[in-house]
Amino acid sequence: MEEMRYEAPDSLDAAVAMLSDAGEAGRVLAGGTDLLVQLRAGMVHPGLVVDIKNIPEVRAISEEGGGFRVGAAVTGAELGEHAGMCKAWPGVVEATELIGSTQIQGRATMGGNLCNGSPAADSVPALIAAGAVASVIGPSGQRDVPVEDIIIGPGKTSLEKGEFVVSFKFPDRPAHSGDAYLRFIPRTEMDIAVVGAGVNITLDDDGVCQAARVGLGAVAATPLLVADAADALIGSTLDDAALEKLAAAASAACKPIDDKRGTIEFRTKVAGVLARRAALIALDRAKEGR
Amino acid sequence: MSKYHVSTTINGDPVEYLCEPEQTLLDVLRDELYLTGSKEGCASGDCGACSVLVDDRLVCACLALGAEMGGKKIETIEGMADGDELHPLQQKFLEHAALQCGICTPGFLVAAKSLLDRNPDPTEEETRYWLAGNLCRCTGYDKIIRAVLDTAAEMRSGK
Amino acid sequence: MSQALKLDDDEQDLKYVGTRPVRPDGVDKVTGRAKFGADLHLPGMLTGQVLRSPHPHARIVSIDTSKAEALAGVKAVITRDDFQDMESEFVPAGEMMVNYRDVVRNVMAREKVLYEGHAVAAVAATSNSIARKALRLIDVEYEVLPHVIDAVAAMAPDAPLLHDDMMTEGVDPKPDTPSNVSKRVEFALGDVEKGFAEADVIVEREFNTKPVHQGYIEPHACVASMSEDGQADLWCSTQGHYVVRTHCARLLNLDVSKIRVTASEIGGGFGGKTVVYLEPLALALSQKTGHPVKMVMSRDDVFRATGPTSGANVWVKMGATKDGRITAAEAVLKYQAGAFQGSPVQPGCMCAFAPYDLENVKTVGYDVVTNRPKVAAYRAPGGPISEYATESVVDELAKMLGIDPVDFRLRNAAREGTHAAYGPKFGPIGLVETLEQAKAHEHYNTPLKPGQGRGIASGFWFNIGGETCVTLNINEDGSATLMAGTPDIGGSRASLALMTAERLGIEPEKVRPLIADTSSLGYNFLTGGSRATFSSGMAAVEAADEAIKEMCARAAKIWEIPEDAVVWEDGHAKPAGDNAGKFDPLSLADIADMAGKTGGPIGGAARINAKGAAPSFGTHMVDLEVDEETGRVTILRYTVLQDAGRAVHPSYVEGQYQGGAVQGIGWALNEEYIYGEDGRMQNPGFLDYRIPVASDVPMIDTVIVEVPNPRHPYGVRGVGETPIVPPMAAIANAMENATGIRFTELPMSPPKVLKAIEDRDGG
Repeated sequence: MEEMRYEAPDSLDAAVAMLSDAGEAGRVLAGGTDLLVQLRAGMVHPGLVVDIKNIPEVRAISEEGGGFRVGAAVTGAELGEHAGMCKAWPGVVEATELIGSTQIQGRATMGGNLCNGSPAADSVPALIAAGAVASVIGPSGQRDVPVEDIIIGPGKTSLEKGEFVVSFKFPDRPAHSGDAYLRFIPRTEMDIAVVGAGVNITLDDDGVCQAARVGLGAVAATPLLVADAADALIGSTLDDAALEKLAAAASAACKPIDDKRGTIEFRTKVAGVLARRAALIALDRAKEGR
Repeated sequence: MSKYHVSTTINGDPVEYLCEPEQTLLDVLRDELYLTGSKEGCASGDCGACSVLVDDRLVCACLALGAEMGGKKIETIEGMADGDELHPLQQKFLEHAALQCGICTPGFLVAAKSLLDRNPDPTEEETRYWLAGNLCRCTGYDKIIRAVLDTAAEMRSGK
Repeated sequence: MSQALKLDDDEQDLKYVGTRPVRPDGVDKVTGRAKFGADLHLPGMLTGQVLRSPHPHARIVSIDTSKAEALAGVKAVITRDDFQDMESEFVPAGEMMVNYRDVVRNVMAREKVLYEGHAVAAVAATSNSIARKALRLIDVEYEVLPHVIDAVAAMAPDAPLLHDDMMTEGVDPKPDTPSNVSKRVEFALGDVEKGFAEADVIVEREFNTKPVHQGYIEPHACVASMSEDGQADLWCSTQGHYVVRTHCARLLNLDVSKIRVTASEIGGGFGGKTVVYLEPLALALSQKTGHPVKMVMSRDDVFRATGPTSGANVWVKMGATKDGRITAAEAVLKYQAGAFQGSPVQPGCMCAFAPYDLENVKTVGYDVVTNRPKVAAYRAPGGPISEYATESVVDELAKMLGIDPVDFRLRNAAREGTHAAYGPKFGPIGLVETLEQAKAHEHYNTPLKPGQGRGIASGFWFNIGGETCVTLNINEDGSATLMAGTPDIGGSRASLALMTAERLGIEPEKVRPLIADTSSLGYNFLTGGSRATFSSGMAAVEAADEAIKEMCARAAKIWEIPEDAVVWEDGHAKPAGDNAGKFDPLSLADIADMAGKTGGPIGGAARINAKGAAPSFGTHMVDLEVDEETGRVTILRYTVLQDAGRAVHPSYVEGQYQGGAVQGIGWALNEEYIYGEDGRMQNPGFLDYRIPVASDVPMIDTVIVEVPNPRHPYGVRGVGETPIVPPMAAIANAMENATGIRFTELPMSPPKVLKAIEDRDGG
């Protein structure tokens, strides 16, 4: 077995070159909260670990084209301290802040949470609901990929060898917009989501829903963008009937498994419950909004 | 195995060490530097017994590589007291009997200090959530939470 | 002068017992200085690691260690061949018994691996990474066998057999074919059939519980160092270093005197650190290499390879008259022992109906082996499981009869003089007091909101005494050093200092209590069964009395009066009788200062088998809320009322109550071993083995009831076990009140709760 090497390049080009040279043996280290557990458990044996945290682009939050661009290796704690993101995307921020404990928040990143490929990753349904787009870099250059297209199966992503996520672009927020994320866990903290639901809506001046996106986590092999659930809201004032349709659509979209964290029945039912509850929070935020 | 040479600051002192690339910060602290106050309870970031501050940020030392620490500022339980004077949290933990076996205590203290550094007046709920990543199996958390809240009150009153 | 074993009743002024000083080991523990099992480093130390079975049940065909041994940096590899086989012989370990034939097989698999995680080989190497590599180079050929995980399934006639020679004990006639049932036990009083015939209402229910782990935050760890002449030093995290010494001496065929065991600070045990896992392996590796060897378990190892407590199937039937008198109670308990016999089913049977004064009672228990790690003691072993079931049924009876659940318990409560179903007559006990105080408590009288439920349950544990030694040295400056042999897990040094100081009449800060190594003090049974403060406290008082007697003699010598003309009061020798007032009192420090001139060093010692342990009863009360759309349960309020006998250091008594309650909350709601069809544990970490976190629980209110134990000099009962007994039933009873659903399966995790709610509502 090859000895593991550690590198911490300070530019995107250098990181791409290293990962490209390493091929299959290369792994990206962002917050490390998944990778180090896998290393210790002997689940992975990388020959090269490329720590991307010294690269300025992956660590920055900036305003861009009316929206925000957030570096893939910005930690949850840092995101939660960014007033602009908290105001524009409270659902994304709260989802990211739900990843693990305070200690995990000091390290864990949205980029890592996404690229670990878990269907239960907390930030991902909120990112999907937000319509966030990942900026991916690799040997063949830069490309933009909608977040919902990154995870293609448990632990699997659509990233090519040597590619990694540099940042996420969040679109501009129209007036009367709000997002929210809720997850179900057995305890109050420290668990992996059994179900996660992110809802993002925009209302018109009369309070009628003009646009909506709904993301679900831990209910299928990948996090889901559920168009039927969004359609249930669009054109409504998020009245009880619309919320019931939303819950039914969310439950209908689930293709979960029975495992140590929950049953098929439980996940299916609770996905609807959480989608409805998250929609109501998003509604309050949209009404309070700009 | 080739080792990495790392220069860092631990509890205010310049420290240099050699580590293997797989070694975590916790491995380095405990096995190379003999700073055994940080404990390993799980090695997966689930128990918080290895809580330390890296550049003022609360993290689990088991989830950071030793090789990552070049130029960083690390603070551990061993640096919490000021000479022979205990930090108010340490004193309150003793007064409130906020420990039984004591294995989780260093992690709780480091995490609680990080809370009070940011929020001098946390509610009980904020305190419980901030400390949710620190497992204690002995106390049921009651006396720990009371000790932290009492410390905060005393520090606010400037005693 | 007070007498040993005289009860200090409430009229007696206690100066220190009952106060809350800072514990003597406190500063070390808040500064990171305290040394736990994994914190010792010795020059030239190697690291030892264990290769564990991936299979729940398999015959070991062969083990080839040659490639591992050839790896640079590997100093030794050990397997089953490095341990001699042992005769079948039972010895006490905690509240349970172990059999050396099983112990040697549990520390290192011999013919078969019997659970996933069973140790198969161990290596000693110069670094962790080399040791890990070496483990991957050991080739083990297994012949995989069918496995069985559940106790009821293991009792089936066609179940895979773990041990070909296991004939069920306790049945007549003795069976001639082997099974997975190691023994049947029975406790009976009166005639249950007659009792059920007299009942107006009868409740019969079956309950199931899952194994739960003690969940101490410190994994098992030790450092062993053996010299070429077979003298060994062992440093380890244990509840009983003398018991470790005994086991290691037997397994390694060494004289007990050759092994000195030092108990490190211990990061939690709860019963789980009463047996040996790594210690014999580390000694064997050190013997083979001539180097100190350190071994530390991973959390994964702790879950897969160390004792949880049993999962169980419990059937309970109870009957009562309309006026609320229980006429008969019967239970059948089937407890998983894990891979080797020895579940806590016997204490489970004995505890099952202990809180009640019953004429007709019968409990039958079965000890069942399954392909899981061998269970170890966990806080009141056996009691929480059986009392969860019985206290659920008691609650249901009360509800059927329309009687307040506290009143129903009071009508049937065990009192002084009650003939316990498991044999003895109770002396003074405090169950009635906990129930009366529960009923009067503001918590019990606070109205609930819609959707909330309140539950109550009582619990019992015997408490134990046992072999205990201490020495007490009066130092030349008037301070005192107390050496005890019961490892301090939760603050017992503070209690011992208080009792010693009380007796000597000096300030507690003048007493330094230490835990001696096994060569510095005679044999001590382990810390468990709630015996440390009781037994070592009793011994400390006896040692103090010996020192006091000697100090009085020294004063008599100085004053030139008869020894019996001197009394000890308030830390001073005083002339008494005809001589009263003739001489100025001599303080302990004065006498200590002159000790060299009056006969030499002064001290006391006690070597006792502490008798007179008395049970502790408790009653718990909980309010909770159920999210009926998700099945999530939120604990809103919790109160523990328990008889401590006497709370020597009330803060640490409260801490035991609070900690036990929260462990019970975990057991009730989320903790469980989850196995796949492959017989492998799926949640061997704190991520998915979900112990309560700080944000899961409210403050835990406590009421310390004090009905002193007349057989202890300060009335101590022992408090650590009982608090984990009532929570599961209290929570299940509250769940019933909140939802109308009687939950008969633990844990009451959200998927189960939601399903039950949907079933209630007609799907």
